[in-house]
Amino acid sequence: MYKHDLLIIGAGLAGLRAAVEGVRQGLNVAVITKVHPVRSHSNAAQGGINAALTDRGDDWKDHALATIKGSDYLADQDAVEVMCKEAGEALIELENMGVIFSRDDDGKLGTRAFGGQKKARTYFVGAITGSALLHVLYEQSIKYDLHIYEEWFVTKLIKDEGRISGAIAFDIKTGQMELISAKAVVLATGGAGRVFEPSTNALICTGDGLSLAMQAGAPLMDTEMIQYHPTTLSGSGILISEAARGDGAYLINSEGERFMENYAPDYMELASRDVVSRAEQTEIDEGRGVDGCVFLDLRHLGKQFIEERLGYLQEVALEFRGIDLSESPIPIKPGMHYIMGGIKTDLNGATNIPGLYAAGECANVSVHGANRLGANSLLDTIVFGRRSAVSSVEYIKSIQDLTPDERLLSREKSRIQSIIDRPKGMRSSELRLKMATSMTKGIGVWRNAESIENTSQIMKNIRGQLSNVYVENKGKIFNTDLVSFLELEFMIDVAESICQGASARLESRGAHFRTDITSRNDLEWLKHTIVELSDQGMNTKTSDVTITEWQPTERIY
Amino acid sequence: MQAQIKVKRFDPEQSDESFFQDYSVDVTDESTILDGLIKIREEQDGTLGLRCSCRASICGSCSMRVNGSAKLVCKTRIKEVAPNGEVISIEPMGNMPVIKDLVSDMDAFWSKVRSVDPYVKTDFKPEAEHIASNDSMTHLLGVMNCIMCGACVSECTALEVDSNFIGPAALAKAYRFVADPRDEDKNTRLSKLNGNDGVWDCTRCLACVEVCPKDVAPMERIVKMRELAIEEGYTNTSGFRHTDTFVESIRRHGRLDETRLALESTGLKNISGLIDLAIIGLKSLFRGKIPPVLPHRPKDFNKITSIVERLEDKRKD
Repeated sequence: MYKHDLLIIGAGLAGLRAAVEGVRQGLNVAVITKVHPVRSHSNAAQGGINAALTDRGDDWKDHALATIKGSDYLADQDAVEVMCKEAGEALIELENMGVIFSRDDDGKLGTRAFGGQKKARTYFVGAITGSALLHVLYEQSIKYDLHIYEEWFVTKLIKDEGRISGAIAFDIKTGQMELISAKAVVLATGGAGRVFEPSTNALICTGDGLSLAMQAGAPLMDTEMIQYHPTTLSGSGILISEAARGDGAYLINSEGERFMENYAPDYMELASRDVVSRAEQTEIDEGRGVDGCVFLDLRHLGKQFIEERLGYLQEVALEFRGIDLSESPIPIKPGMHYIMGGIKTDLNGATNIPGLYAAGECANVSVHGANRLGANSLLDTIVFGRRSAVSSVEYIKSIQDLTPDERLLSREKSRIQSIIDRPKGMRSSELRLKMATSMTKGIGVWRNAESIENTSQIMKNIRGQLSNVYVENKGKIFNTDLVSFLELEFMIDVAESICQGASARLESRGAHFRTDITSRNDLEWLKHTIVELSDQGMNTKTSDVTITEWQPTERIY
Repeated sequence: MQAQIKVKRFDPEQSDESFFQDYSVDVTDESTILDGLIKIREEQDGTLGLRCSCRASICGSCSMRVNGSAKLVCKTRIKEVAPNGEVISIEPMGNMPVIKDLVSDMDAFWSKVRSVDPYVKTDFKPEAEHIASNDSMTHLLGVMNCIMCGACVSECTALEVDSNFIGPAALAKAYRFVADPRDEDKNTRLSKLNGNDGVWDCTRCLACVEVCPKDVAPMERIVKMRELAIEEGYTNTSGFRHTDTFVESIRRHGRLDETRLALESTGLKNISGLIDLAIIGLKSLFRGKIPPVLPHRPKDFNKITSIVERLEDKRKD
């Protein structure tokens, strides 16, 4: 058995930021991650990180209001206040750690514009901001000599008298399974994009943390809030950053018209993502698209500008579509990108289970509500990653030495072995694809009672079929076949919880747009949906949204 | 269309030997090699081991050898490599042990990255951000593009003969700090990188520049660090002596004085090095390959020396 004070699951930005804080606070910290830290999906954030810097005449309250309006008033405003107030400090700290942010003429941090905000307050590194941040936090993990279980897969959280006491995991490289005892656990496992197909998300984004938390008894919140990003490539779903529009690119339909004029005349291409995605889908549905796509047009920005500020986008366009962005518009469409919903936490990342914390995309402290603003996700990971570790310190000090029951390990070992021992059956990839395409179809940019109910039924059927899946690979070393099956088990939990949330919310708000109930209903639905696991399956209830000073009004861009 | 892919398989639980396995998989014009491999794993052979994640050339997981040279398979389209349905050969990266199939053991790779103290070192605490020119940051962006995929290390010809060489990826990473205006440890870094297994071990074969999927150009960073090390006064290295004697030889003779180059590079006070050199000298002598004691003067001697002079003048500017 391994022993730590604080175990962090996931080594993306939220996980590494939490870990660095834990070490600084003097804790015995370990990070466990199913891929090497720099392979984490934080990499894929391209555009930047938002912060209102006061020495530039910006005001955190403006950032907060933009975030709250972007969330369609579903965000908890106390959480948004925390994030926006701490943003400046978080950003400067990242710079001081060594992030090579773009500079203005005075050598200070430079900005670009981003969606849903009138003021340019997005700080960036070319079009690789997430990658640049992740690599710098990995540098810090080396500086602090952080203990990392690299390429280890967590199968289960364990509890002792209602408190979290660690996790069970195996080393993917050797198959060795261990109980890792920890007084507190931070879940920082990122998103769940593979529950959908296509998705901008990496293949590792399988919602592990959401399922682990739910299985341990922590509720999920607002799971129906799935962000469809306005600019993704058809087929693979690969992301083209909002930075393109932030830096001035247009969206045009098959008639060459900048159609956003008809949907968001004030903000145009930089309206909130849910608004732009719906506009695009309307254009496509009404026959003004080409092969299910509209176009992103960067030609007027010029080759040099594109290569200097949007180099990675140019690389993606050239490599995956053979398109030079300075010469032709690129076909794009709305694609599943982010889950606003997640593990319900308080302002310090704490869940309802003593010792269990969550931060980043897997968590829902509720700063994004029904729609996340671009460049707020990196900020979320840094601010709440740090806070979760800080708040775990007092808790950890109050806990005596834990002695988790070793029988839990042998039970989990037999469970995994029984999966490997299944002699024949269907492949997990087949079920994954069925689940993911059904989710995109039923819980898409548009949804309604019928599509949600159908999808929900399909998910129940798929869960029933899980026991028919077999693992062809019987080996211990790097058995990705086994990993894929275990990920599918996690994903089905997430998929069902998404259907539950979607089915419960009888209004349209932000990313949750129902064609059968098209308006927002603040009277009855200024509420979070909460999904919990009980012995009978998943239950849904609601809780109030925290409003501090911004009363909901009509949302016009 | 059908893609023909042969994959080098290795499973230490089954056998110590590796072997090639042929697969045929249905793909489209747009399909990447990674798409093909995933399809094989999902539909035909669940035992195939590979790493992959982002599918968009940013996570660095899927570097492997395609027809003998390292590539990120997520950004390599099948049609580019095999326009007429040729067989594509896929192997794990070179210069690294194999864990299973296409999964390379990158422990040594990461230890070398750790060995260059890869984090900004400074005691200066600015009130807010450090002030730095946008040009200096944009310059570093070239190195920050590195996704640590390992392709350069896979094809490094110096590593092939000397596994202690820090290697192109870790050295490019080191450059990111040497060239970072915020770092206060530049001198110590250069002194360390100037030592054994450091910047002078690169043979400048260009393989790393050629295979890098992100245009990081590790070799150019290595050469730049050599120059910076010399500027900082680190001249007691065979690398520096080699460079210095090389230039001197061209200036004096209009061509390379190989005997002198070998002697001076080794260092005239380096007894054990000179003994090694003597053995090589004797072997060369027996095979009739010893260079002339004094090089012949080339007929374009004046032209060559004037080029040397012009270059020297340019450097002084």
